[in-house]
Parts: sequence; C-alpha cells; structure tokens
Amino acid sequence: MTAAKEKSALLVKDHDVVVPGEVLAQGMEYLPSQGTYRKDENIYANQTGLLIVEGKVLKTIPLASAYLPKKYDVIIGRVQDILMTGWRIDTNSPYSAVLPLKDATFDYIKKGADLTAFFNIDEYVVCKIFQVTSQNLVDVSMKGPGLRKLQGGRIIKVNAAKVPRLIGKRGSMVMMIKSATGIQLIVGQNGIVWLNGDPEQEVLAIEAIRKIEEEAHVPGLTERMKKWLEKKTGKKIEIQEMPEEESYDHRPPRRDGPRRDGPRRDGPRRDSYRGPRRDGPSGPRRDGPRRGPPRR
Amino acid sequence: MNNALKEHINQALQKGVRLDGRKLDEWRPMTIETGTISTAEGSAHIKCGEMDVVVGVKIDVGKPYPDRPDSGTLMVSAELRPMSNPRYELGPPSIESIEASRVIDRGIRESEAIDEKSLCIKKGEQVWMVNVDVCPLNHDGNLIDLGGLAGIIALKEARLPKLVDGQADFHVHTKTGLKLSCLPIPVTVVKIGDNFLIDPTFDEMSVADARLTVTSVEDGKLCSMQKGGEQPLSIDDIDKMVTLAVKTAKGLRKYIK
Repeated sequence: MTAAKEKSALLVKDHDVVVPGEVLAQGMEYLPSQGTYRKDENIYANQTGLLIVEGKVLKTIPLASAYLPKKYDVIIGRVQDILMTGWRIDTNSPYSAVLPLKDATFDYIKKGADLTAFFNIDEYVVCKIFQVTSQNLVDVSMKGPGLRKLQGGRIIKVNAAKVPRLIGKRGSMVMMIKSATGIQLIVGQNGIVWLNGDPEQEVLAIEAIRKIEEEAHVPGLTERMKKWLEKKTGKKIEIQEMPEEESYDHRPPRRDGPRRDGPRRDGPRRDSYRGPRRDGPSGPRRDGPRRGPPRR
Repeated sequence: MNNALKEHINQALQKGVRLDGRKLDEWRPMTIETGTISTAEGSAHIKCGEMDVVVGVKIDVGKPYPDRPDSGTLMVSAELRPMSNPRYELGPPSIESIEASRVIDRGIRESEAIDEKSLCIKKGEQVWMVNVDVCPLNHDGNLIDLGGLAGIIALKEARLPKLVDGQADFHVHTKTGLKLSCLPIPVTVVKIGDNFLIDPTFDEMSVADARLTVTSVEDGKLCSMQKGGEQPLSIDDIDKMVTLAVKTAKGLRKYIK
C-alpha cells in the first residue's frame, strides 16, 4: 500500500471535460465521488462531464442529463391526460406527475364537473412538485405564488443539466434576459422554458438561451452574456437578483438558518468513500461458524 | 397546444417574423454531404437547421414488369422512424411517409430525369432496378423538399455496380452513372393565415392551413404538384405559391454540383 501511495497522481486537471472510461487518477490518494468510480488502483470517469477536483475528491458534473423530479422544484408541465380526480402531467422526465383536484385550484369543483374547463390536454402549467415517492410517483400542486396555467406564448426545451446556469445566481440570468428583451420568460427546473412577447425579441432570447446552454461550463458566463446582450440590444444592462416572490428557491426556510450557510452538501459521500477501509477489517469479524437454519 | 401555437405563429407572422427568426421566404442554413453510405451506390446527407435527412440509392439487377419488358424501374420509399421525431410510431408506413415518398417519386418520374429504357440489360429478362430510400434522422419539417433534393443529388452521384454473370457485384462500381436529363426539385410552400412560407419547420407544418408542393426543372417547367392541408386554395394563392416555389428551386440548384 505504501508503494501505491507514492505513485498516486492526478492525470487530468480541474475543470477538464472527461469522458466515460477515462483514467482520472492513479493510486489510492484520490477518492471517487459522483460520476466517478474506482477500479483497482485507478479512478475512472463514469459520465461525460466537467471534472471537479475538491481536495482529494474527484467528481464530474454532467454536460447533459435528463430531468429527474425533485421535491420543491417548480416545473413547467404539459397536461397529458385527464384522470378521474385530477390531471396527468408530462414533466419532461421519465416519470409523469399527477395533479390532484384538491391541489389544482382554489375554486370549488362540483361533482361530475368537466375537468377540461380547468386544464385541457396539451396545455402547459407552471406547477410545483410536492411529493416524490421512492417509486418515483410524482405529485404536483398548483397552489403557490406564481403557479398558473400558461396562456399564449411558446415552449422551448433546454438541457436540464444547464437549467441552473440559465437561471443564474438567484435568478440573475433570467432577469438579465428579461430586462434586455422585455419579454415574459419562465424557466422550469425540468428544462422547459416558456416565452411570450415581441416575436423578434423572443428570437433574441432563444438565441441567448442557446448560447448559455452551449457555454454553460466556461467560467465568466454572466459577464459574457451581459456584454453579448448589450451588444445585441444596444441597451445598458444591470445584473440584478430576482425579487423574493419570484425566486426560484422554493424550498421552505430551514429552522437552523438559510441553506447557504449550512454545511456543504457536495463533499464526499460515505457510500462512495471506500479508500482506507480496505486496509483493515471494518466491522466485527465473523470468525465463528455461521448459524444455520433454526432447528425444528 | 396546437391552437395556442398556431395563434402564436400567426401573431409573429403578422410582423413578418417566423419563430426561428427567419424571413418568410428564407431557407434554413444547409450543408450537403455525398457518399456518406459506403454500401449504397449513391448517397446524400442533408442537414438543414435541425432537420437531418439521409438518402441512399441502391441499384440492383432484377426482372422487368411484364407490361414494360424493356424499361428499368424506379422506386422511392420514405421511412419515418420514432427516433427522428417522438410523434412517429413504429409499424406499417404512415400516410405521411407514403405521401412523401410518392411526391418525391412523382417528381423524378414525371420529369423523365431518368431514361428508364437505358436501364435495360436484356429485354424481358434483366433490367437495373433503382431504389431511393429517404430516411430522416432528425425530423424537423420539410421532408419532401429535402428528401427530394437529397434524392436527386444521390441519384446524380450513383454509379452502377459491376455486372458479373448476370449478377451485380456491389464491391466493384463501374464509372457509369444514371444519365439524368434534368434535375427536378420539389419545393413546398405552406400557407398559414395569409402568409406563404418556404422550408417549414415541424411546428409550422403542424399548424399549416394548406400546402402545395411544386416540382420544377431547370427551365422552370413544372413536372408535378401535390396539395395538402385542410383549407382550400384560391387560383390567386396557387399562382403566388407556384411562382415562389419555382424561384426557390432555382436558388437551390447551386447546391447540386
């Protein structure tokens, strides 16, 4: 083991783009995390993405990914079907969601009422995921600030892995595009984007969104986008954060203070931290004979 | 959403803008590659915006039809796979794919670009059979035009395989191609509201009131037409659409070397 430790070496740089099967590091010095794995003495990449080196921990951030429903996400869904007591919503993910009657509207719905009057098939709604079960049954709600049916406008899809960059720090990127183009814009966490406004400005906004998607992994994105938008529109743009009521952070406030100040969550997880444990026994040894089936 | 989308497209068209920022009579940026399929006798691959279509030409030896013993055959088929657009399903050919293949076929056949008589090897026994397969890899509208354009490019590139003991040897190609007497190019003009557009995207196709595909050759002669969509067209409309289609086809000829 000591010999292996001496040989430990990182074969790639921080923020490199890596591909599956690429050897990232040799030796036991480094630890695999999300999107990487250890085989024998080497650490390999599991997915195409940006490599992040945090001390000794290696992880990748995927360049492209499908959306997976997460609690408290605000998404834009398409009404897929009308059920007995609600609506089935396509969430742009492998799992569709159910919008139950009681969470759909504050109005009183009479027994036997025509549910298409509220939401019809192929209409789009802004809704919030309030439950995801272990079996990936998703429930969404329409009760909350900013949750509504979308009228008019158009829908485009973006890569779900790039949504955080498209929203920006506290919604700054969205606010920037909105103020530059003067259109209405809603970004769902599931990668569905709704725009409505002047057609030419819509085209400009989409161009900006595609540019963000393409360059999301290159640092200094906000500044670059600001300059780009200023050049395109000839307007002076100020980077501003989104007002609280429009915010994309829909998690309920934590009792022990805001999340930002809490412990970092993206450190190594226990389940992927396998290094030093190989050296010795990790649990009580089972030296004695195992117990057989109970006697009759 | 289709109604909402249609309204939105219409609103934008009032201001002379399409949803992707093009003008009404503007073609998407296009790249063309030839010879992409090594097992085909001729092939062309067109990327036009998000649309991506491959056409392969296969030339084999076969028996002629009894009523036309001295002419070769031409067959065009199109396949719309779910991989190219989630709106398509597996199964027997859909109406849309049959229409696309037949309109492309009609353009080539009626323009008499290929002299079928020249494809005869031995009268009544052996002729060359030309198969054109249109396969969109990513379907974003305007299949007929791009399939037709790729088809004619692939036919122009195609070389006959070597004939060995009455059988085609596909490993060896001769230098003889199919002698095309003209280049028929289909152009679809779509009517949405009062506006006429060319090179429609999938969304624009799905909300179109009516469409007219016009195939024309170099000198502007028309060789086939196909009308689609639910709304009727007036004589005036057809006049405008044909003029636009012929003008566009002239512009597209620069892509055929």
